[in-house]
Amino acid sequence: MSHIISSYSRITPGSITVNGQSEYDDENFITFAEFIKPFFKRLDLGYPKFYKMDALSKLGFVAAELVLRQVNYDLYDKDRAGIVLANRSSSLDTDLVHQQSISNRSQYFPSPSVFVYTLPNIMIGEICIRHQLKGENAFLISEKFESRILFDYVNELFMHNRIDFCLTGWVDLMKDKFDVLMILVEPVRIVNSGEEHGLTLPFSATTMDELYK
Amino acid sequence: MRPVYIAGDNIISSLGITTYDNVAALKGGHVGIRVTSNPRLFPTPVPLSLVDSALLEDQFRKVLKLNNKSEVSSEFTRLEKFLIISVHEAVSQVQVDVKDRRTLFVLSTTKGNIDLLEEKQKTVFNPQRIYLWEMARIIADFFGFSNLPVIISNACISGIMALMTAYRYLGAGMYDLAVVTGGDILSEFVISGFQSFQSISPTPCRPYDAGRDGLSLGEGAGTMILTTDKDRCDEMVVKITGAATSNDANHISGPSRTGEELGFAIRNAMKEADLSPDKIGFINAHGTATPFNDEMESKAIVHAGLVEVPVNSFKGFWGHTLGAAGLIESIASVHALKEQVLIRSAGFKSLGVPEPIHVIEFNEEKSFMSCLKSASGFGGCNAVIVFEKD
Amino acid sequence: MEELIEKLKKEVIEQLNLEDISPEDIEADSPLFGEGLGLDSIDALELIVLLEKNYGLKIEDPKDGKKIFHSIRTMAEYITEH
Repeated sequence: MSHIISSYSRITPGSITVNGQSEYDDENFITFAEFIKPFFKRLDLGYPKFYKMDALSKLGFVAAELVLRQVNYDLYDKDRAGIVLANRSSSLDTDLVHQQSISNRSQYFPSPSVFVYTLPNIMIGEICIRHQLKGENAFLISEKFESRILFDYVNELFMHNRIDFCLTGWVDLMKDKFDVLMILVEPVRIVNSGEEHGLTLPFSATTMDELYK
Repeated sequence: MRPVYIAGDNIISSLGITTYDNVAALKGGHVGIRVTSNPRLFPTPVPLSLVDSALLEDQFRKVLKLNNKSEVSSEFTRLEKFLIISVHEAVSQVQVDVKDRRTLFVLSTTKGNIDLLEEKQKTVFNPQRIYLWEMARIIADFFGFSNLPVIISNACISGIMALMTAYRYLGAGMYDLAVVTGGDILSEFVISGFQSFQSISPTPCRPYDAGRDGLSLGEGAGTMILTTDKDRCDEMVVKITGAATSNDANHISGPSRTGEELGFAIRNAMKEADLSPDKIGFINAHGTATPFNDEMESKAIVHAGLVEVPVNSFKGFWGHTLGAAGLIESIASVHALKEQVLIRSAGFKSLGVPEPIHVIEFNEEKSFMSCLKSASGFGGCNAVIVFEKD
Repeated sequence: MEELIEKLKKEVIEQLNLEDISPEDIEADSPLFGEGLGLDSIDALELIVLLEKNYGLKIEDPKDGKKIFHSIRTMAEYITEH
């Protein structure tokens, strides 16, 4: 077995966990914004660009932040970082906002800062900008979380030596319903380098299904 | 890795609904972008590259009949018609059973059935049709594909990524055959969005030209059949030998200032293909004709050591067809490789980018064994793929 | 003019999603781009939308934008003139 899941985050309505431990709980939120903003402020990242992002990108950004804290970037070449994410709704949540802005010809004001987010891979772009990750990246779509689809893609990248570590997972959001499993996959040799290093779960579709449940 | 060959293909665009018609149009210098007055798409006239609806309808009905379908044309969306016709045409060129478990189906699109968000469309189709996986299911069920489609929605590089993914999976022995299709329609949604970026040219776009002032939007679909069995191909065999993606990590809508990231993606693809710069016959680059994209690409080409290699963009012919672009432009590049011809870069008169790249100004016969296709997209993504004569 | 400047500050914050900034943080004469608020190319386009949406003013040539959007005050001056 060559690769390990060294960290993961699970975000569902009302709850954020990292490596199986609760990081944040708010059962009483009404909107996604009410849920994510207080948590983001608590992270105290000093990253005001966050506020310009659409809901989906905010969600993916926070999830990525939580697992990437595990990474020791001294050990890696950022040109060989992989990011492979998927969801079912694409950018539909933001698409509806853009559609709304053009639905009335007498109030026709399409906004570039909304339109740019009408693509699901922009979330990947935001994560790359934040962490300066420049390697292989991909956004896939499926009806529901399919570990096989993500595993096949990421595993091929590792098998053919295209990347050294990978951020992968499911980031879906539609209005105030959201669902995230974000995983960090690192090579065994790094994990075994002797330092305190987080989880050591085998990277496999089965493990991903377990973490998603 | 097993070798991966191209066994068949099809292009649907403003220039026709067969690869033959499209490539003939490119060689003949016919531009498919026309100033269009259609208030349904945009309040004022704008240059667009539209698929002929009458031709589309006519062909789609034929395809329904040939596939013994009981459904009628109105049960399918515009984009679904593009994709179904395109897949049908491509599959017809290859004697294969696509229902086989060893067949992969890959779909590329940026916005899918985005026109279904419009008020008048809401009562016509099931709202679920807006989801890309539902649209993919319609296409997959039409042809009887056995496996869950791999759906790529990654901005303007989606088309190349779909080919790349199929190439990687076939090469890894995960499948033996791949039907790779992709497309996007022109819509009020997309046109208004690009207009808000002030990035649409008032005239057909001019990639790499000193007077370029923005892109032209288009629609279409493309399909390639990939196989590990060389016998499925006709005499002129072309293989995919390398591919890579990268991210600029600079800005979500503007490209990298240095072009280094696209540059190293090109080098990675060439390294996988084991090709030196002198072996590349031409580069079909993204060339959207926006000031920043074309400038970045010229820098990337220098970073990759390819400044002497002839470059063209097909966007002067088809406009920017988004999720179809990587596919239709790759197909045209493969045919140029087969025919040993460099096709002129429509819209180009004089160099308007900082690096001295060689933009192809006239059609030219040339002997070469490989070509390279690149694309870049919103979100800072880049993709590159290499085609080689066998 | 001062009233318009205060109004513009609020509108810019809203249009550009500058959530962690309040009107007091913006100086009427400070450059909007470069240092200060660190606005980017999308923000520049959004300011064009703001002028059209809130003031009915259409900027035909995006290159004029550099002068008009130099600071809140230059924006206010442009609006007053048209």
